Amino acid sequence: MPRIVKSIVLTGNGTNCEREMAHACRLAGSDEVDIVYIHDILSGEKRLDDYHFLILPGGFLDGDDLGAAQAGANRIIHARVKGSGEPLRDQFRRFIDGGKLILGVCNGFQLMVKLGILPAVDGEYFRQTVTLTFNDSGRFEDRWVWISINEKSPCVFTRGLKKVYLPVRHGEGKFMARSAAILKRLHRQQQVVARYCTQDSDRPAMTYPDNPNGAVDAIAGICNETGRLYGMMPHPDAYTHRTNHPRWTREELPEEGMGLAFFKNAVQFIRSGEFEQKPVRAAEAG
Amino acid sequence: MVNRIEIGFRKNLRDALGEKVRRRIVENLRLDVEKVDTIDVFTIEGNLRKTELRQAATGPLSDPIIQRHAINRGLADGFDWLIEVGFRPGVTDNVGRTATEAIELLIGRRTPLRVYTSRQYVIRGKIGRDDAERIASDVLANELTERYEIVDGKGWDPGKGMTAYVPRVTGVDDPRIEEIDLNVSDAELMAISSRGTLALSLEEMKAIQAYLNDPAVIESRKAVGLGAKITDMELEVLAQTWSEHCKHKIFNSFITYEEPDGKRLEIDSLFASCIKAATKEIRRRLGADDWCLSVFVDNAGVIKFNDDWNLVFKVETHNSPSALDPYGGALTGIVGCNRDPFGTGKGARLILNTDVFCFADPFYDRPLPKRILHPRRIYEGVREGVEHGGNKSGIPTVNGCIVFDDRFLGKPLVYCGTAGIMPAEILGEPSHTKSIRPGDLVVMTGGRIGKDGIHGATFSSEELHEDSPVSAVQIGDPITQKKMTDFLLMARDRGLYRAITDNGAGGLSSSVGEMAGMSGGAELELSNAPLKYAGLAPWEILLSEAQERMSLAIPPESIDEFMALARKMEVEATVLGTFTDSGKFHVRYGGKTAACLDMKFLHEGVPQMRLTARWVPPRHPEPGFPEPADYGSALRSMLSRLNICSKESVVRQYDHEVQGGSVVKPLVGAANDGPSDAAVIRPVLESFEGVVVANGICPRYGDIDAWHMAACAIDEAVRNAVAVGGSPDRLAGLDNFCWCDPVQSEKTPDGHYKLAQLVRANLALHELTLIYGVPCISGKDSMKNDYQIGDTKISIPPTLLFSVIGRIEDVRRAVTMDAKRAGDLVYVLGETKRELGGSEWYALHGFVGNDVPKVDGERALALYRALAKAIREGLVASCHDCSDGGLGVTLAETAFAGGLGMDVDLAAVPASRIARDDEALFSESQSRFVATVRPEKKAAFEAALAGNTLACVGAVTDDGLFRVRGLRGGVILEEKIEELKEAWQRTLRF
Repeated sequence: MPRIVKSIVLTGNGTNCEREMAHACRLAGSDEVDIVYIHDILSGEKRLDDYHFLILPGGFLDGDDLGAAQAGANRIIHARVKGSGEPLRDQFRRFIDGGKLILGVCNGFQLMVKLGILPAVDGEYFRQTVTLTFNDSGRFEDRWVWISINEKSPCVFTRGLKKVYLPVRHGEGKFMARSAAILKRLHRQQQVVARYCTQDSDRPAMTYPDNPNGAVDAIAGICNETGRLYGMMPHPDAYTHRTNHPRWTREELPEEGMGLAFFKNAVQFIRSGEFEQKPVRAAEAG
Repeated sequence: MVNRIEIGFRKNLRDALGEKVRRRIVENLRLDVEKVDTIDVFTIEGNLRKTELRQAATGPLSDPIIQRHAINRGLADGFDWLIEVGFRPGVTDNVGRTATEAIELLIGRRTPLRVYTSRQYVIRGKIGRDDAERIASDVLANELTERYEIVDGKGWDPGKGMTAYVPRVTGVDDPRIEEIDLNVSDAELMAISSRGTLALSLEEMKAIQAYLNDPAVIESRKAVGLGAKITDMELEVLAQTWSEHCKHKIFNSFITYEEPDGKRLEIDSLFASCIKAATKEIRRRLGADDWCLSVFVDNAGVIKFNDDWNLVFKVETHNSPSALDPYGGALTGIVGCNRDPFGTGKGARLILNTDVFCFADPFYDRPLPKRILHPRRIYEGVREGVEHGGNKSGIPTVNGCIVFDDRFLGKPLVYCGTAGIMPAEILGEPSHTKSIRPGDLVVMTGGRIGKDGIHGATFSSEELHEDSPVSAVQIGDPITQKKMTDFLLMARDRGLYRAITDNGAGGLSSSVGEMAGMSGGAELELSNAPLKYAGLAPWEILLSEAQERMSLAIPPESIDEFMALARKMEVEATVLGTFTDSGKFHVRYGGKTAACLDMKFLHEGVPQMRLTARWVPPRHPEPGFPEPADYGSALRSMLSRLNICSKESVVRQYDHEVQGGSVVKPLVGAANDGPSDAAVIRPVLESFEGVVVANGICPRYGDIDAWHMAACAIDEAVRNAVAVGGSPDRLAGLDNFCWCDPVQSEKTPDGHYKLAQLVRANLALHELTLIYGVPCISGKDSMKNDYQIGDTKISIPPTLLFSVIGRIEDVRRAVTMDAKRAGDLVYVLGETKRELGGSEWYALHGFVGNDVPKVDGERALALYRALAKAIREGLVASCHDCSDGGLGVTLAETAFAGGLGMDVDLAAVPASRIARDDEALFSESQSRFVATVRPEKKAAFEAALAGNTLACVGAVTDDGLFRVRGLRGGVILEEKIEELKEAWQRTLRF
């Protein structure tokens, strides 16, 4: 019998894309999709352990008041579950160690990076080594961009994808690494999954607005070494049907939006036997 | 203990905010500044250990990858000037609140802690102290809410840094209840009213005086320990409840209206006889098919979306606060408007925002009157406030517009609209109604109460003057509100409350005062109210307009579950009293009665105003300028005009796609940059049923006749909705009147005329909404949009914003405005007349003229119905509303948005009384569209539109040229579409 895929969309404290994330996840075939407030986790009523797929949606955690997802990451690191007193981060750690899947989009990606669960080079989780910071333009922008997918990446969410058109909607999406060495490692280990490009070329776009925020090496999304944790700035949840496309009234488009593929890949992976295999780290494989 | 943590970027990293500020200094002040860096300062009050300070600095307060910090010393160095800007005591500090929570969580121990934030701007450049002062006061700080400190780089010692400043509110509780004797002279009564910013008229003061002298009232007051004098709280409650803002006294007044030919009308309430009456008649006509559910009785209007869902819609204004503090005012405006649909019926989930702003020219270069901020600053501040309010709340801003007129210098107009959706039934009960039973508890949720926004209701019922209170400005906090709305929707679905309403103008006084009408009274104990700081008088607690609060009626049996859920969701909730059926609004503080007023007097005691309106049609000089020699340059000038040009830089900064249901975006076309006429979204992602939203606004026509201004606004809203595929038969409207004071007085010697304009606008609204069958379901008016300081008086042009919301059966049938393919036929729908009065073309030449566009409602409706059907049948490739700038602008936009050329012939345009090419190109006749149609659908399209005025005027081409043939034959205009687009985009590319 195929595995029942259980997904959890985490929300609360300013997250606001939970509904379309859940919708995309359902369309992709996840058997159960729960929108869960972090308060329900902290109260002990819900546990990450009961799910296979954790989705961290976009929004403004705590208003992004201290910088994108800074206060949100601080909460996950320091808050404890009522009753058991278990640090919340331990649930995250267990989820990751169990080889389960996490997708972070926009504020969710910022959260993963600030938590240090991406890129987690050398399997070192909860240590921040890269960041997402203020766009070079100094402003929040909503615009559609092209991203090209690194087909050599271990990322399980992007299998079979080459190029995707999605909207970015952020003020702090400029990717930067702590050091040139980290950046080099990410490239070498194929952890750079998605890069901004143009409609006509797959080459990384280094100029505005194709590269909407000034991201170093046009990086739009990265994964961890196992490819099971993935974060990206553009919103796959915003393109689930052709009528989401800004030019759907003038172009021939497939009924299904391009964003759905990320979710379908995740669900398919969880259903597959591969899900239970011990995750292979890119560094080891390389 | 007070510590300072400063956070700045590491060396050689880009500081995007600093760069933006530098650009503003250079552009707005023309000061040659080389570089601006920013440093965030956290001033922490509380006993933190050294290690904890370091943890905070490297943890939640900074991003270690790109930032560095300094503790109790200065981070800045090597600068010419440093300006630190922080809040004044008591001003909402959202970042400070988040930092406080983050540090509490980090240290994991209980200790009193409070974080205040400020920001340093570290400036390099050869400027003097005066320049630094100008930068501080004209660009960086709003002295109403912020303070600043300027440091000269010459004497700077980074080892010492700046001395910590704590903007603590140092009030002490002083729960005094003052009593005021109203048995005094008329002059003294008026002095009492104006001293307290009460905005009560002599007649109203005398009504209160008479009430207090009523023997029965004296008797009942004695029973609760009150004497013959009125308490400060009672007077404040009455002033708020009876304010123009809350009671709409002008709209409910008795008006005698006269025209020069002797025609006379007696109108008992414009609201009842024009607005409500039309809606009532439309609903009667709809009969069993009536899809209106709740109109004019709640915070917003409710209509049916389908059998399972209801739609809720409201547009609010927040003009007066936005004049003083554009950012805070607009932010409060949008999150405040959000609470209206949220507090309607049993509460709605919010699905879209639509915003319309009216500003003076952002390039205004004349001296500014006192207390007026530069229009560019208002523009930027309002834009940013609405950005933060909308984006952070996760509500897409799907549509809007900006209108420019220099008469908005004194008060900008900030219209914020929000729609919501709710299940038709919740736990088996209809969602659009609510009730309260005696014994239900009065509960307040959300933010705490401070001195913010006291007198907002009365302040906005006056002109902006020298002594306009600064406390009337609040700063919204979208995250506190988001947490509260998340929680309340859960409580709603569990049936934990019976009624909900918003705390807006007038605070608890208004929200509980109005809710008490449902049960017949209320008792409050204000000493239980959660406060931000000590030092509030009891009446201030009741009147405070502190944001992010909802009031609820909760049955006693549900209170424990409600409070437990609130605790889990980290939302503050407090029981403040009980709803009763005593007929009294009874408020205590610490057990002592502070106010006890009869509900009937409170809500019905205000005397009806009797006003006179005299209509004298203005006569403007007829323009006599020659036809332009160069039509290409004329069209480019038109496209560059503020009211026509692209607003993309604003639109892009609003998230218009969150919630995942975006269908017709504000920017469309080949390069995603053409101007949409209306928005379409799918609020229920599992379905293809859609919501269409559109606006109409055209204040310039009011300079000729407000009747036509209103008719054109209504027509524009309806035709915008039709242009994207909306059906005119399923649209509901919202009227939002922003007027200048229309009450004749010494201050307003032309009040009779201004009131006549208001009457005429309402007569037009009554007539047009009836013809279109578009019922108004809610609305708003803001009647005192004037500025008066010294001899300078600036009044806004009377402005009606008409907004519509409707249902689209299948969003896959929607169309956009961009030309789709070369070879498609170009049609003009509707008749072009010589109607250039109030047009952009006349304005470009410095004229108003007299031939204002006039709406032929019956003809327009027939066209709209036929067009809507043609769109539903897939016969239309593109459709664009023809409004500001006329056909010339509409055709050009259609072409360049599609990245295609166009060849059109003006002689083919259906027209009457048109003698010149500029009249044909730039007349603003209403009820017209430009549509493109595939050649193979020509016959079907024309058949579908049969009986209406339309003509094929040319074709879409692939040569990238916009070519127009004139009335006398021959090409009068041939321009590259890129150049037209550039002219259209250049103006506001901020």
